[in-house]
Amino acid sequence: MTVTEIGSPRRRKEDQRLITGRSRYTDNMVLPGMLHLAMVRSPFAHARITNLDTSAAVAAPGVVSVLSGADIADLCGTLPNAWPITPDQKSPHHPSIAVDHVAFAGEIVAVVVARSKTAAQDAADLVDVDYDELPVVLDLEEAEKDEVLAHPDLGTNKSAFWVFDSGEAGTGGNVEEAISAASADDQILIERTYYQQRLIPAFMEPRSTVVDPTGEQTTMWSATQVPHILRLMLALTLGIPESKVRVIAPDVGGGFGGKLQVTPEEVITMIVARRTGKPCKYTETRSESLMAAHHGRGQVQRLSLSATRDGQVTGLKVQLLADMGAYLGLVTSGVPILGAFMFPAIYKIPAYRFECTNLFTNKAWTDAYRGAGRPEATFAIERLMDDLAAELDMDPIELRRKNWIAHEEFPFTTVCGLEYDSGNYEAATARALELFGYDELRAEQKRRRDEGNPVQLGIGVSTFTEMCGLAPSRVLGSLDYGAGGWEYAQVRMLPTGHVEVVTGASAHGQGHETAWSQIVADRLGVPFENVEVLHGDTAIAQKGLDTYGSRSLAVGGMAVVAAADKVIAKAKVIAAHMLEAAEDDLEFAEGKFTVRGTDQGVALGDISLATFAAHNLPDGIEPSLDSDATFDPDNFSFPHGTHLAAMEVDTDTGQVTLRKYVCVDDIGNVVNPLIVEGQVHGGLAQGIAQALFEEAVHDDSGTLVTGSFVDYLVPSAADLPSFITDRTETASTTNVLGVKGVGEAGTIASTPAIVNGVIDAVRHLGVDDILMPCSPSRVWAALQGADKGRGAEAAAPTVNSPEVADRDVASTGAVQTGTDEGAAQ
Amino acid sequence: MAKKPISLTVDGVSYTDDVEPRTLLVQYLREQLGKTGTLVGCDTTNCGACTVHLDGRSIKSCTMFAVQADGHDVTTIEGVAAADGTLHPMQQAFHECHALQCGFCTPGMIMQAIDVATEHPDADEATVRENLEGNLCRCTGYQNIVKAVQAGAREMAGGTSGDTEAGAA
Ligand code: FES
Ligand code: FES
Repeated sequence: MTVTEIGSPRRRKEDQRLITGRSRYTDNMVLPGMLHLAMVRSPFAHARITNLDTSAAVAAPGVVSVLSGADIADLCGTLPNAWPITPDQKSPHHPSIAVDHVAFAGEIVAVVVARSKTAAQDAADLVDVDYDELPVVLDLEEAEKDEVLAHPDLGTNKSAFWVFDSGEAGTGGNVEEAISAASADDQILIERTYYQQRLIPAFMEPRSTVVDPTGEQTTMWSATQVPHILRLMLALTLGIPESKVRVIAPDVGGGFGGKLQVTPEEVITMIVARRTGKPCKYTETRSESLMAAHHGRGQVQRLSLSATRDGQVTGLKVQLLADMGAYLGLVTSGVPILGAFMFPAIYKIPAYRFECTNLFTNKAWTDAYRGAGRPEATFAIERLMDDLAAELDMDPIELRRKNWIAHEEFPFTTVCGLEYDSGNYEAATARALELFGYDELRAEQKRRRDEGNPVQLGIGVSTFTEMCGLAPSRVLGSLDYGAGGWEYAQVRMLPTGHVEVVTGASAHGQGHETAWSQIVADRLGVPFENVEVLHGDTAIAQKGLDTYGSRSLAVGGMAVVAAADKVIAKAKVIAAHMLEAAEDDLEFAEGKFTVRGTDQGVALGDISLATFAAHNLPDGIEPSLDSDATFDPDNFSFPHGTHLAAMEVDTDTGQVTLRKYVCVDDIGNVVNPLIVEGQVHGGLAQGIAQALFEEAVHDDSGTLVTGSFVDYLVPSAADLPSFITDRTETASTTNVLGVKGVGEAGTIASTPAIVNGVIDAVRHLGVDDILMPCSPSRVWAALQGADKGRGAEAAAPTVNSPEVADRDVASTGAVQTGTDEGAAQ
Repeated sequence: MAKKPISLTVDGVSYTDDVEPRTLLVQYLREQLGKTGTLVGCDTTNCGACTVHLDGRSIKSCTMFAVQADGHDVTTIEGVAAADGTLHPMQQAFHECHALQCGFCTPGMIMQAIDVATEHPDADEATVRENLEGNLCRCTGYQNIVKAVQAGAREMAGGTSGDTEAGAA
């Protein structure tokens, strides 16, 4: 087969509607008689509802009804958590509208239904709610103490405790032995506590839901990444037969994990529509989105890394506190577990232990955000490697080289028992160093240090790998995840020879329509333009597990390949009949079956038409070429890469400037390099934003301070440079496309690369940790602290947040090396 | 609330409507005229998803009341392509440069980009970045948007139509 489409930078099919304003975002939907919803939300992070009076709101003009939690308590069930990570995991009851207890600011306490959006919003202000405020627990280290409880009824803030130990699992040594050996034998033990701040996914399209209850099936349009999962969960949660629910994800304006959820707003809109018999719409405001759509990250990472004096890592122990927020969303509890196997990263670490305590706090619940667990893990190990290199006075690249898996060692089974199928860390790193001008920049760094230049230069290094292509269903099952990880596709041959491809992976910016067309065009030998990709509607794509975890191509793309191959197999039988030849004598290339060694042949399009007519098919052959396939991979895929950042730090002002960013990723074979590059750029921007700009900040009563785009600093074009990106290609051996997944790559490696760069610029001044985001005031404060020694009071908080203020003080300044100081946090 | 009559041109068509004084221009465009190509991404004038042109200059339509547009000429993303469907050079440039992913920022971004290109036909990267500061994109990391704005600007400068509102003519 001549491959022409795969690998070519096709311009995207989905662009035309989006650049001309013919988009179909959920909020664009208007239906006859449609009613509008407005939510009444708790202003308190933790309170009992003592009284709720809806009479004034009900009487307001245009209002159809007002519902409280009590009104729908029998209907709404509890919002689903699909990942009970331990058998005894604690999870508070989570009704879509709170009944008598609210556990975060922004939780819904009533819904107003009215003829217009403005009428609903006006009346929402008239709902009178009395609250008795309760003490709040916001900080993870406070939550761990169980002194103030986010849910007094649970009796603890601990949701679950989860452990992986390579000694116990038989996949590696005992980490305690490695650590005590390190202490006893004058080896090295690096102990650190790092903080992963809370982030907000901040997709550009606010979430929106329209439900049409007319007709036999209730149809929901929603700005969701997961129409299939949503349909199933709505059925389970509300007790409606699944067959009576149709979910459509039309154009969706970004997700990044933030729309991987079954939301109270969706459930409420569904209930209200079914109750009123009228189509209903709810679209959140940006403030509501930032406050109540799930957040991400939020971890305290207590880490111990042992190594020999010559830089060989001997053990890694990870103890996490993970912030669940007030409730467990769809996969909230599993996010840290997705990181559990990634702390050892690309390195040969002989002994490993991972412990995670999932804790409730009185904040919006957390859940998947781009990378989900893996950026946190990569941050930890890559910062540790830099700290170890500094301790050994070794080049950080050299240290990594000493410890990483060499390319000839693949397939390699890690200390977690994962089998990395392929990779070439040497090649990606070599290319990155070359593009970066590593040696020149190191020389400049030295020059600036020597001359005491107020603007210091730091070089941030980060490698990464991630387990993606979620996922082998068996593995997910062994981790107690509620579903599998397969993906579905259907290839339909139209009488005209055009092809419809149905995919269960529902895109929201990733370009599936284009990439899947390329795959099918090559596979079937039909023109790219003649392929139409359909997705995001449970009535059209009747099965699917949707889009997240960089899985679409590695799993969904493979399902497309498998379905296309079935079409070819079916067509071959009919082709043989048409050509009066034996099947074994036929070969298929460029869309045509030919009898080997002759010029006799028939094109797929003609077979398609003949099959449609069905006038002359072989006996017993069905008149259809259409085929479907469900693909379940045997293993994850493991993209990797090396990222380098040149950071300038103005030691007078704390100003940090990203001067140059180079990344070389190996994501295996590439279907569309243009789309890949775009994914990398966007991922880098989000990872860099975690390092430098973004944080969900709460005041001490639990109110989100960064509640609008004025305060929550999504970077603009002016905040970022252009990136230098390149790729090495080591084909994945897990799937025949040889692809690995790219959606999360940029986000994972860029955060530690940036922070390592900032620290590298000022480490010689006595600073070895700065909290993210590394804002100018934090950097400046750290530098002041460095002058005065550890814990100096000069470390002013940069934001109005007590927990952050404490940490700023604690993490400021002085050198945190060796065994004795790490616990001082 | 007493409604006020307004008359304005949107994408080359004249409209006369009664609107509540508090109705934002973007609400009027989306809800009364069905111009859903223009989107809303925030409530604090930060995101730029709602950007349209008022008398040929970009404005955020969430930051203006519909009554303030009375007597003015509004162009939305739906009105920039030529009547025969030929894309505006900036739309074409966004497509060619892969300057969009989910597309939600795109209508506003293109409207702002046309404005930037009109003001600075030879803008360097820094100028483009500065002038896009009011338009947020969560997907692309901006790199290809910057490229597209420069390419679109070149095309607009060299193109036959000096009028930026090619489709409105
Ligand atoms: S909607 Fe107008 S700036 Fe965000
Ligand atoms: S393309 Fe998605 S926000 Fe810009």
